[in-house]
Amino acid sequence: MKQFWKSMLKSPSGVIGLIILLLAISVAVFGPMLFPNSPWRMVQRPFLPPFTLSTVPLGTDALGRDVFAGMIFGARVSLLVGLVSTLVALIVGVPIGAMAGYFGGKVDDALMRFTEFFQTIPSFALAIVLVAILQPSIYSIVASIAVVSWPPVARLVRGEVLSLRTREYVQAAVVTGQSNGWIILREILPNALSSVIVLASLMVATAILLESSLSFLGLGDPNLISWGYMVGAGRTVIRQAWWITVFPGIAILISVLGLNLIGEGLNDALNPRLSREGR
Amino acid sequence: MLSFVAQRVVKGVIVLLAIVVLNFFLIRLAPGDPAMVMAGEAGASDQVFVKQLREKFGLDKPLPEQLFIYVKGVVGLDLGFSFRQQAPVAKLIGERLPATLLLTLTAFAISLALGILFGTFAARFAGTFLDTGITVFALIFYAMPIFWVALMGILLFSVAFDWLPSFGYETVGANLTGLAHALDVAKHLIMPAMTLGLFFMATYTRMTRASMLEVKRLDFVKTARAKGLSDAVIQRRHVLRNALLPVVTLAGVHSGTLIGGAVITETVFAWPGIGRLMYDALLQRDYNLLLGVFVICSAMVLIFNLITDLVYRLVDPRIEFAS
Repeated sequence: MKQFWKSMLKSPSGVIGLIILLLAISVAVFGPMLFPNSPWRMVQRPFLPPFTLSTVPLGTDALGRDVFAGMIFGARVSLLVGLVSTLVALIVGVPIGAMAGYFGGKVDDALMRFTEFFQTIPSFALAIVLVAILQPSIYSIVASIAVVSWPPVARLVRGEVLSLRTREYVQAAVVTGQSNGWIILREILPNALSSVIVLASLMVATAILLESSLSFLGLGDPNLISWGYMVGAGRTVIRQAWWITVFPGIAILISVLGLNLIGEGLNDALNPRLSREGR
Repeated sequence: MLSFVAQRVVKGVIVLLAIVVLNFFLIRLAPGDPAMVMAGEAGASDQVFVKQLREKFGLDKPLPEQLFIYVKGVVGLDLGFSFRQQAPVAKLIGERLPATLLLTLTAFAISLALGILFGTFAARFAGTFLDTGITVFALIFYAMPIFWVALMGILLFSVAFDWLPSFGYETVGANLTGLAHALDVAKHLIMPAMTLGLFFMATYTRMTRASMLEVKRLDFVKTARAKGLSDAVIQRRHVLRNALLPVVTLAGVHSGTLIGGAVITETVFAWPGIGRLMYDALLQRDYNLLLGVFVICSAMVLIFNLITDLVYRLVDPRIEFAS
């Protein structure tokens, strides 16, 4: 663990990514407490330009709502959706991949055809259809993002399990009569963990992008403010008020960038053999 | 070669059928009566239309029979009727398809060409300032949501500089013909295609760079060098050709994302393709049209995957078709 942090902190992208993520998390957790302006309430005249009033630093939107407050509350939605949908995708993808890799044969064939099928469907289009049909809400958004993002997890885990299954210590566990479930959970999966963690960090970034795109199209949870929704709402008035679209977009950009950098840092720290390639 | 293509086509058709079946169940997943759902919010009040739908899809019959009727319809290219637009779904999609193909293929070509170019540069000058610059740019473009890139493009090139049109496929009412019309369309195409292409360009840049650096260290490159081949020949014939393999695979994987990106891009730029059609269907809760577009998008992805598979086999020096 100490070794891990040491190498993580040695990679510049990892450090920058960690700083960004910590910042985003603290904004999401503490921001709404420190900054009580509701993002839905009219606080000033509409289209107030940014940097004119210190109480409304980033100006107001077409309805006089505080853009800065929206960004702070939006951080919650973006991070929450990103993390939870990735978690759900892992809960679906890891067992499927593990079973396919461990049991092989017909089980593997069937599970992998199923996975490939989901991988072939255009993911964003499926997410749109799912949210539209299930009606937009935070649950349908999380569910649809999870549905379109689990296949890579299954494939990765399957590959790892395939190569770990033949190791001596796994064979030893088989010989000593351990159950399949025990072997997968205790012997194999812990060794596949590092690759899964790297993938998961990148998936959170993708999930945030997906959520913002859905909200941008008007498929966000109508009760929660999110960065994508703000950009979408500011789109029609972009000629009069650039700030409504520019600032929330920067928030998305920075969070996604931070998570991608963490992914690279994790990769350097957890798979040192791979990281040296390309140097 | 032929048996390979045939095998892949059969596989693709099976997947497409599975998607149609998925569609069938998606309609039934929606809250409410399937006929009402298919009619959409506008059509649901029209009792005659709902009754027609109910009869046509045999909605009073058992589920397997309903499925059979539905799949049979789709196979015969009958994707249903959009009450809102008062036209068959297949016709609406057919009209919009060329614009989407123009947009996605242009974006794809731009992203692939620029991505390979920048990636090769970054690999060639690995560790230098140029490499860092390209890598940082690729990382940033990779993290930007497409809709935001589109809007920033509009702010910069339409609002601030007034160089490019911010929406549409052609200048309305200009009635241009021939070359003038083509140029007009091209001018409208630049921003949407660049917007859609930038994200993928970033991916291909990173992929090309990483894979070129990896291939460079392999034994056969050393052999080529030992044979006394010039650096340029080694780079082009040995390194790049092998390094492109993962890029081609990635392009296939990304075709679905490309279509998804087209939905966003077409929405922002009012580009009259099927992505925009999907957005309109979404706004009007026109589920029949929405699911029709979804099936066609999936079919496009399958065809694109088939093509990248073929290209992969052509590029990969290790796979021979003759056997």
